[in-house]
Amino acid sequence: MNTNSKDNILQIKNLEKGFDQTTILNNLSLEVKKGEVVVILGPSGCGKSTLLRCINGLETIQNGEILLNGENIRESKQAMYAIRQKIGMVFQSYDLFPHMNILDNITLGPVKAQGRKKEEVRREAEQLLERVGLLDKVNAYPRQLSGGQKQRVAIVRALCMHPEIMLFDEVTAALDPEMVREVLDVMLELAKQGTTMLIVTHEMSFARAIADRIIFLDGGSIVEESEPEMFFTNPSTERARKFLDVFTFENVHNIETE
Amino acid sequence: MLQSAINVLFQGRNFIRLLEGLWITVRISLLSVLLSIILGILLGFIMTKKNPVIRVITKIYLEFVRIMPQLVLLFLVYFGLSKSLHINLSGEFSAILVFTIWGTAEMGDLVRGALESIPIHQYESGRALGLTEKQLYMNVILPQTFRRLIPQSMNLVTRMIKTTSLVVLIGVVEVVKVGQQIIEASRLTAPLAAIIIYTTIFFMYFIICFPLSKFAGRLEQRWKD
Amino acid sequence: MDIEVIQEYIPLYVEAAKLTLRLAIIGILGAIIVGLLCSIIRYYKIPIIHKIVGGYVELSRNTPLLIQLFFLYFGLPKIGIVMSSEACAIVGLIFLGGSYMSEAFRSGLEAIPKIQEESGLCLGLTRWQVVRSILLPQAIMISMPAFLANIIFLIKETSVFSVVALADLMFVAKDLIGLYYRTDEALFLLVVAYLIILLPISILFTIVERRLKRVAIGN
Repeated sequence: MNTNSKDNILQIKNLEKGFDQTTILNNLSLEVKKGEVVVILGPSGCGKSTLLRCINGLETIQNGEILLNGENIRESKQAMYAIRQKIGMVFQSYDLFPHMNILDNITLGPVKAQGRKKEEVRREAEQLLERVGLLDKVNAYPRQLSGGQKQRVAIVRALCMHPEIMLFDEVTAALDPEMVREVLDVMLELAKQGTTMLIVTHEMSFARAIADRIIFLDGGSIVEESEPEMFFTNPSTERARKFLDVFTFENVHNIETE
Repeated sequence: MLQSAINVLFQGRNFIRLLEGLWITVRISLLSVLLSIILGILLGFIMTKKNPVIRVITKIYLEFVRIMPQLVLLFLVYFGLSKSLHINLSGEFSAILVFTIWGTAEMGDLVRGALESIPIHQYESGRALGLTEKQLYMNVILPQTFRRLIPQSMNLVTRMIKTTSLVVLIGVVEVVKVGQQIIEASRLTAPLAAIIIYTTIFFMYFIICFPLSKFAGRLEQRWKD
Repeated sequence: MDIEVIQEYIPLYVEAAKLTLRLAIIGILGAIIVGLLCSIIRYYKIPIIHKIVGGYVELSRNTPLLIQLFFLYFGLPKIGIVMSSEACAIVGLIFLGGSYMSEAFRSGLEAIPKIQEESGLCLGLTRWQVVRSILLPQAIMISMPAFLANIIFLIKETSVFSVVALADLMFVAKDLIGLYYRTDEALFLLVVAYLIILLPISILFTIVERRLKRVAIGN
C-alpha cells in the first residue's frame, strides 16, 4: 500500500458490478480523502446509486475491492454490520422508522448497534436536532413531519453514529421544491465542518457549491473527474458536455413555462 | 404390519366407501355454497341500503352468526330446532341449513364490501356517460365487483368444505364416520389402520381444498389493481 | 326452560369454559411463536427450510382442525406417539394456528418497504436486530386486523376439542342433551357461554382496529 492511501478514507479499486448479463459498474476506481466532499453526477441509470449501495454492502459485487480505512469490507463479511457503523447513509425516500418517534429513530443505531449509553446518545441527538432546527420535534412521529424535516432527521440519525464518511443518495429528489433548500443547507453546514461526504445529486448549482471534486459517471464507469469550476465551465469530454446541456435546456424550458 | 394396514385401505370396497363418504361432505358443502351465493348476493345488496332498521337487523344477524362457532350453530339447529318444532331434522339437512345461514352472512358481507369498494367516481363517470342505472351496473360496477368477489368467495368455499367436517359430530355418516367403521372392522387384523385411514382422509381434504385456495390466490394476485 | 336447572348447570359450564380458555391461550401463544418464526423463514427464503415451512402452511390451511385432531389422537398412538387429550388439543391448535399467523405476519412483512430494512442495516444493526427492532414491530402493526381475526377464529375452533375427550363446552352441552334431555337449558347456556367469551374480545378488537385505522389515516 502506498503512503498516499493513508489519508484516503475510502478507496475503491477496479469495482465490477452487474445483474445477469448487464454491467452496471465497470472497472471503477475511486478515492475519497478525509474531509473531502465528492459529488457524483451522471444521467439516470449510470450506476451512481448502485455505487453508493456497494460501498455500504447493500449490493454484492463481482470483482474489485472496497477499502474503508485500508480495510477490505468484502473480506470481513460477517462483520458487515460493524463496518456499516462507520458509514452513514441517507436515502432518497424518507426512510425513518414509522413506528418510532424521532428520538428513538436517532438513538436506535448508537444504542443497539454501538452499545452506547442511552442518556449520552439522547443528549447528542438533541444537540444535533437543535443544529438542524428540529429540537421541538424530538418526541414527534415521522408521519407528523414534512418531507424536508424527515430528511433532516435522517441526516441526524446517520451523523449520530459518528461515521467516518457520509453517503447521500439523491436526498432531495423526492422533496417538494420549497423543502430542498433546508436539506441542502444542512449538508453545506456539514461540509464546512469537514465531514467526509460522497454525494449523488441532481442539484447542479448545489454540486458546484459544495464539491471539492466532481466525478462524472456514465455507463458504469468514470468518464470525467475534475474540480467543480472546471467541470461546469469547461468539461473535457463530449458526454459530460451533453449531460450539462440537458440541464441548461431544462432551465430555459422551465422559465418559458412559468 | 404397515403393509396390512395399507391393504385395509384398498380391501373390498373400502376406498370407494371413503370416497362415497367424502362425496356426502362435498355435497353438503356444494348445496350450502350454492344457496349461500344466491342469498348472499341478495343480502349484500340489502346491506348497502342506508335504512337504519335494515342495518341493525343485518348487523345483528351477521355478528351473531360470525361470533358463534359453527359447531354451536349446528347444535342449535340439530338439537334445538328439532326439539322446538317437534320434528326430526336429519343431520344432513341441519348441516345444509346451518352452513347456508352462515355462508349467506359471510357472502353477504363480501358482496357488501366489494360493492362499497367501488369508488363513487366510477358511478359518477358511468352516469356522466349517459348510462342508465341498469347499464351502469351491468357494464361498470358488477364486472369490477366480481373481480374482487370471486377469489374471496372461492376462499369461503374452501372454508365451508373444511367446516363441513363437523357434520360427523351430529351423526351424519360421511368420510370420517366411514373411516371409523373401517378402522373398527379391521381393529384385530390391522391395528395400524387408524393412522392410514386418518392420513388418507387428511389428504383427501387437502386435495380438494389446496387447488381451490391456490387458484383463488392466483386470481387475487392477477386482479389486484 | 327451567331456571333452577340452569343455575344447577352453571358451574359445569364455568369449569368447561375455563378449560377451553386455558387451552386456547396456550395454543394461541404457541401459534404466534410458530407463526413469527415461519413468517421470518419464508420472508428471508432461508434455503430448504422455507420450502418445508411452505408445505406445512399449505397442509395446515387446507385441512380441517377436526381431521388434524383425529390424526393426532387416534392415528399417531398406533405408531407409538401417544399424547394426552390436552396435549393433542394444544398441538392441534398450534399446528392449525401457526400457519394462519404465519401468513398474517408474512403479508405484514412484505408490506414494509425494502428501504426500511436497508436503513436498519446502514445503521450497523445486525440482521436479527433489524428483524426485532424494525421489521417485526411494523409487520405486527400492519397485520393487526388479520392477527386479531385469527385469534377469534382460533378460539372458535376450540369448539371441536370434545372429539379428543376433553370436557369442554360442547362436551358438557352434549352430555346434558344426551343424558338428561335438557336441550333448551343446555343450548341456552352454551350460547351464553360462547357469547361471554367471544363478544368482549370481538368488541375490544373492533375498537383496537378502529384506533389503528385512525393512526394510519393520520400518516
